[in-house]
Formats: sequence, C-alpha cells, structure tokens
Amino acid sequence: MAKVLVVTSGKGGVGKTTTTAAMGAALAQAGQKVVVVDFDVGLRNLDLVMGAERRVVFDLINVVQGIAKLPQALIRDKRLDTLSLLPASQTKDKDALNEEGVGRVIAELRNSFDWVVCDSPAGIERGALLAMRYADEAIIVTNPEVSSVRDSDRIIGMLDSKTVKAEKGERVNKHILITRYDPSRAARGEMISIDDILEILATPLLGIIPESQDVLRASNVGSPVTVNNPASAPARAYHDATRRLLGEVLAMMVPSEKRGLMNLLRGRRAA
Amino acid sequence: MSILRLFSSRRPAPPATAPIARERLQILLAHERGLTRGQPDLLMLLREEILAVVSRHVALDPEKVVVRMERGRNVSTLEVDIELPNELEPARAATG
Repeated sequence: MAKVLVVTSGKGGVGKTTTTAAMGAALAQAGQKVVVVDFDVGLRNLDLVMGAERRVVFDLINVVQGIAKLPQALIRDKRLDTLSLLPASQTKDKDALNEEGVGRVIAELRNSFDWVVCDSPAGIERGALLAMRYADEAIIVTNPEVSSVRDSDRIIGMLDSKTVKAEKGERVNKHILITRYDPSRAARGEMISIDDILEILATPLLGIIPESQDVLRASNVGSPVTVNNPASAPARAYHDATRRLLGEVLAMMVPSEKRGLMNLLRGRRAA
Repeated sequence: MSILRLFSSRRPAPPATAPIARERLQILLAHERGLTRGQPDLLMLLREEILAVVSRHVALDPEKVVVRMERGRNVSTLEVDIELPNELEPARAATG
C-alpha cells in the first residue's frame, strides 16, 4: 500500500528540499520504490539538489494539464534505480495547479511507487496546501529556533484540518524532524532544547539532523547527502530517521562528525 | 602552524565542491535566462515540432514516446525515442 509523505515546515530555508532528497534516496536505498515530487512551482530546486536539473523535459504542471503522460515526466535517478523525480515547473504560474489535477497525479503515482514524497513550498498558501492535501504521513522540518517552531505549529494545525484525511475524520501521521541542530550550541544553552520543541508541538520526533558541511557539499555536487557521503553525520541521521519512518524502533541520538585527533585539538574546522 | 599542517595532512580535506556548484549553476542559468527573457527554448521547440510532424502521419501513443534531454555548456542533446507499431494506424485529427 503506497504512502504519500509530505515534507513541510511553513518557514523557508529550514531544509525541506534537502530532507526530501536525503530521505527519498534513503528510502530507495532501503529497497522501496520512491518518487519525489517538487511542489514549489516557479521556484523549483529539488531537481538541482538531486542533480537532475539538465534532464528536465516535462514537469508536474504538464502532467496535470495533460500535455505529458506521467511516465514521460518522471526522471529516473542515475544512482538509484528505484528513485524517480517529478519536477515542478519553473516558468508557469502556480495557479496552474489545481486540487483535482494534483489528486489524479498522486493517485496514479500511488499505483507505481511505495512512497510518494511531496516537497512542499514554504508558506501556507495554495502550493503548500496542495502538497499536503493527499498526505498519509507528514514530516514537519523544524529548526531549533523560535520562528521555525511557531511556523511548525501553524502547519500542524493545517495538517489536522485541511487535508483529505482530516476531512474524513482520520489523521495524518505527523513526525517532527529537527534539522540544523548544533550539539555544542545546545550544550551551551544557546539553542531551544529538543524536549521543549517536542513539548510545545506535542508531536513525536522522527530524528535529529546535525548541522554539517556535508549538506552543502552534497547540494554543490547535486547528490542527496545520504548518497553523496553515507558515512557523514547528517547522512547517518537521515538513514536512522528513514528506518523509524519504516517502523523500526531505534534509540534517538545525534550522530556526530568523526574527527581526527588534530581536528579535535584545533576545535571546529572552518568551512 | 606548519607542524600542525603536517599532522592534519594525514586527513586530507575533502575535494572542494564549490567549483562543481559554480559550473552546474552557470549551465542551468544560461538556459533558464534564455527562457525568462523571451528567447525560445530550442530544445523544447524541436521536441514539439518533431512530435507534431510524426503525429501527422501516425497516431502516437504517448506512452511509447520517450523524450530525454541533457543540457550542456557547449552541446545539449535531445533524444526522441518513438516506438512505432509495424501496422501503422493513420493519424487522427487530434492525438493524445
């Protein structure tokens, strides 16, 4: 039974696209058939983070409007053969998406994939609503920072009221994913604690992704961090989160960078 | 400082990725700027016209048409793979 997963946050720049690429790839590495769908019409970036930007022929809006068939618009990942991308349009305006059309595309994707991962645009407007509309599961990407927590709370409220599941009296399965977590700043009390975030949002935790240079390196070369450097701290954290999403029970910990003695002596390495 | 460098050279820094990012962006933006400034996207134009010509003669099954593109700095490729049945069905007025 296919699952539709929305990666959302309300706030921009918290790591939705990074998370979609990393977890989409991790699910595929775990043997699942996965499609990642970019809902950020007009400002697509998932293609760039996945390294498929030169291969985009058709997009989500072409499929919704019937100009292209779904198999023509899907871009098969070159590294993982069970991973595909459905890009957003870069030029058309976002009103080109409608609920009925998106519903048709999602229903068709459910037939050929185990996971349909929807990368939501920032904000609480139409695009974000359409990305979450048909979700069974939701990852709310949250940074340990007050404005991000506030926006996450807003998005949780929308997941509980504006989705098809909510309207049928069912619940979207919600998970908090903390990203850009800096253990040393947290230890100094400079960052809102994870316990506080979870208490405020009253939603279970899926994982904690540490702030890391490896995320930037991966996006530079256009490869999900879980593929580009699987041994890195953020990749291991994303893999753990993915296993939890698939139902495994794992102890919650923040993977740390493996540092050599000299690096430890010199402290944090510069970017 | 030089002694520290000697020690740290055991763990070489990962190769710089910024030049790759720069290269990818330059290629991508060269194509996208053409689009947003009203220049026709040659690859898209060719794709549409090729399909239009073929569908004038054959009823195209959209499932049997595979279009691939690879945008490069100096050369881009357009690959149109159309599977035609041996017994050709004449084109209908409106395909698709």
